[in-house]
Amino acid sequence: MSNPLVDMEKPDVIFCIGTNMTECHPVAATGLKKAIARGAKLIVADPRRIGLAEMSHLYLPLRVGSDTALLLGMAHVIAREGLIDEEFIENRTTGFDEFFEHISQWTPEWAETITGVPAKDIETAAMWYGDTNKAAIYYTLGITEHICGVENVQSLCNLALMTGNIGREGTGINPMRGQNNIQGAGDSGALPNNYPGFQSVTDPINQEKFKTEYGKTIDLEKGITKVTALELCGDSIHAMLIDGENTLLSDPDREHCEHALRSLEHLVVIDIFLTETAALADVVLPASAWGETDGVCANTERRVQRMRAAVPPPGYAKPDWWIISEIAKRIGINGFNYESPKPIFNELCRLSPIYAGLDWDRIENGVTDELNNQWPVPHKGHPGTPRLHEETFVNGRGVFSNVHYRDPAETISDDFPVWLTTGRRLQSYHTRTQTGRAQGIDYLLSEESLEVNPADLEKWKLSDGEWCKMSSARGSINIKVKATNRSPRGTVFASFSFADVPVNLLTGSGYDPITHTAELKVCPVKLEPL
Amino acid sequence: MSNLMQIDGIEVTFTEGETVLEVAQRHEKEIPTLCYDPRLEPFGGCRLCIVAVEGARNPVASCTTKAASGMVVETTTDEIEVYRKSLLEMVVSENREIDVHPLSGYASGELANLCNKYEIHDTEITGAKSGTSKEDDNPFILRDYELCISCYRCVRVCAEQEGDHAINVMNRGFHTQITTEFDGLLKDSACTFCGQCIQTCPTGALADKKALRAVDKVADTPLNKTRTICPYCGVGCSVDMLTNEDTIVGIHPAMDGPANQGALCVKGQFAYDFVQHPDRLKTPLIRGNDGEFHETTWDIALDKAADGFKKVLSEHGRYSIYGIASGRAPSEAAYLMQKFIRAGFGTNYIDNCSRA
Repeated sequence: MSNPLVDMEKPDVIFCIGTNMTECHPVAATGLKKAIARGAKLIVADPRRIGLAEMSHLYLPLRVGSDTALLLGMAHVIAREGLIDEEFIENRTTGFDEFFEHISQWTPEWAETITGVPAKDIETAAMWYGDTNKAAIYYTLGITEHICGVENVQSLCNLALMTGNIGREGTGINPMRGQNNIQGAGDSGALPNNYPGFQSVTDPINQEKFKTEYGKTIDLEKGITKVTALELCGDSIHAMLIDGENTLLSDPDREHCEHALRSLEHLVVIDIFLTETAALADVVLPASAWGETDGVCANTERRVQRMRAAVPPPGYAKPDWWIISEIAKRIGINGFNYESPKPIFNELCRLSPIYAGLDWDRIENGVTDELNNQWPVPHKGHPGTPRLHEETFVNGRGVFSNVHYRDPAETISDDFPVWLTTGRRLQSYHTRTQTGRAQGIDYLLSEESLEVNPADLEKWKLSDGEWCKMSSARGSINIKVKATNRSPRGTVFASFSFADVPVNLLTGSGYDPITHTAELKVCPVKLEPL
Repeated sequence: MSNLMQIDGIEVTFTEGETVLEVAQRHEKEIPTLCYDPRLEPFGGCRLCIVAVEGARNPVASCTTKAASGMVVETTTDEIEVYRKSLLEMVVSENREIDVHPLSGYASGELANLCNKYEIHDTEITGAKSGTSKEDDNPFILRDYELCISCYRCVRVCAEQEGDHAINVMNRGFHTQITTEFDGLLKDSACTFCGQCIQTCPTGALADKKALRAVDKVADTPLNKTRTICPYCGVGCSVDMLTNEDTIVGIHPAMDGPANQGALCVKGQFAYDFVQHPDRLKTPLIRGNDGEFHETTWDIALDKAADGFKKVLSEHGRYSIYGIASGRAPSEAAYLMQKFIRAGFGTNYIDNCSRA
């Protein structure tokens, strides 16, 4: 997030797109609710009539995968109505003239033909967003899990840049991260393009730095993404070390994924349960879990925080850092003689400019009056950075992107006439390895169901509460039907949480070419009664 | 005009909009409260926070009285202490019991603590009991309204903090009762089971049913608290994990958590017991020639793990090995995963689970 979580109470106009925040980040949503109670306006763009939509002052029910068109239409209106922040554009950005030219063709009427959202509502959204000094954007995977995820994010940046809604309290572009330490995993360099602290692997200076540190010359070329690696399993990838990911259930196109992992010569999985993924491994190593492990994590607002062990792990389970170090030592890799997590974290801080002012002891102390542990923290004693881009952008100026709308990888057809979109629910988390084993959660949500608009039941010969067969170009599953107005006509929804309803057997139609993020939010399907 | 006032004979400053209670608390004055939760709008219901203000005919509720220049406040006088004790005795007279187990919730001991302070053991005012407990088959929230003192903290936290408005008040006066729409079950209301009502309740009327399962065990040995971060989404809510010996028995939200300021959701509040589930992996497993998993020692498993990578490396080269780091494990794990790949094989064949 560009802005801290406490800023969520501050905007005058809130634009939520592709985020089901009341279910997926409920505590963050409480900030928005307070802003609304104070008088802020809420615009929600989402194909489904989610909880946020019910709270909104303006709801834009766009067709799945049409976000770029909606955002181009909004940019058009903001420019047309003269709601741009000329001073900000002049002082802080580059490429606006070309962008201005580019968006002149993408009228809200055109956007209506793509998104299904009435042009006048697109205009209203643009006027509200453009005509205030404090407008903030919040998004989640509904923006990124598309083949055009990059264009979607760039389109949001365009809106913020043209109106100057960034770098101040109650503004910003704020992606909500989905896992307790997904931010920290990226910060720590577990990425094919970056060393720790988002230092590019293609920069020879960084290569030299890590050669000195690790005693090994590391490629100047970026590595491949997980998506590519899974495609190459059995061809050129023959061994994998997976730490704490249930790849088989969380990733798209399960059959492809299972085939890939099975074709490895050597698969080592570190996890706390024998997940569907661990069950395919040659070696399964039991890790200590949350509550049993000392360590550091980073949240969605770049806040680095301490996780603490309170109970011992079961049996012979060990912390991940110990397990990885022991494998490394036995292979003969240098630099893995650690006795505790503290020197590991301090090494990460020493090598990462954004963490340079942090260390284990500072994180241990948490927030003080003077020090806030939100990165970048470029040197010792630096107070931390709750808000990004206040004075300048990382690369100097904010760049406008002349994006174009693209159709999803697969669009509905006679064979697969219904849009399926996927996500999470409040009561279950991801593949339920954890929430599925917490007593009482079943009382609130005991099974998965397919949310279908009541008016669509007859067309597909379905009945509320009965089972149906749902098929895509990749496979079929059986799932119980639930009639609800949360789903619009022609679009259905299911979560990927329940192993007995493996929705990700169906998904996986395409990937964003740059980020390799799967288009999990769009999958044409057909529905048949059982 | 300067923002100066006097509390118990000491000159103090205040900021515009601050209440007398807030100023007094900043100066470490102990003023008893029951309906007060610093996260919520002042309510002024319990009247325990009354203070004497020079020039005012009667004591005023400090939680709803704004600080003003020149104000002279006494937080504790003999007269006020008598009032406070009488108010407490009346509150207590309506309740079935006062002492509740600390596992009931974060603030559940507030009434009992005040009764201890004011030495109210067996109240002299006996009278009718108010509140009727509600049978509710949900596994998380106990609704024992025989302990309710109508402070409305639960109603207010649900409305003001959560924005859910799942519970409200029915009837008036002595017959006041906290209820849901149509007096039904919580699961049929707008309740999201975030547990905030449990954690703000000062009497244990709303209590953590799940944590209270451990009540017998905790009776004999102490309850420990460990500050950590919720293991679910990326908001990073601070929590205090409650443990008894080696068992996790519950979760309290951290009221000073920088990301959540005391708020939690159903997962963070109640879905903690996966950690000590019998399904946990306890021993390293290796796949035998029979295709099945076999339990083994760390030494054997780690050697097999390492030998497999060495074999693949020598047969297929360094571009044949790939690492996937976790978005759930601490950063030390992710850091070492990338170091394992980079320092071990000189490639950038490392990713984490953020693309799905």
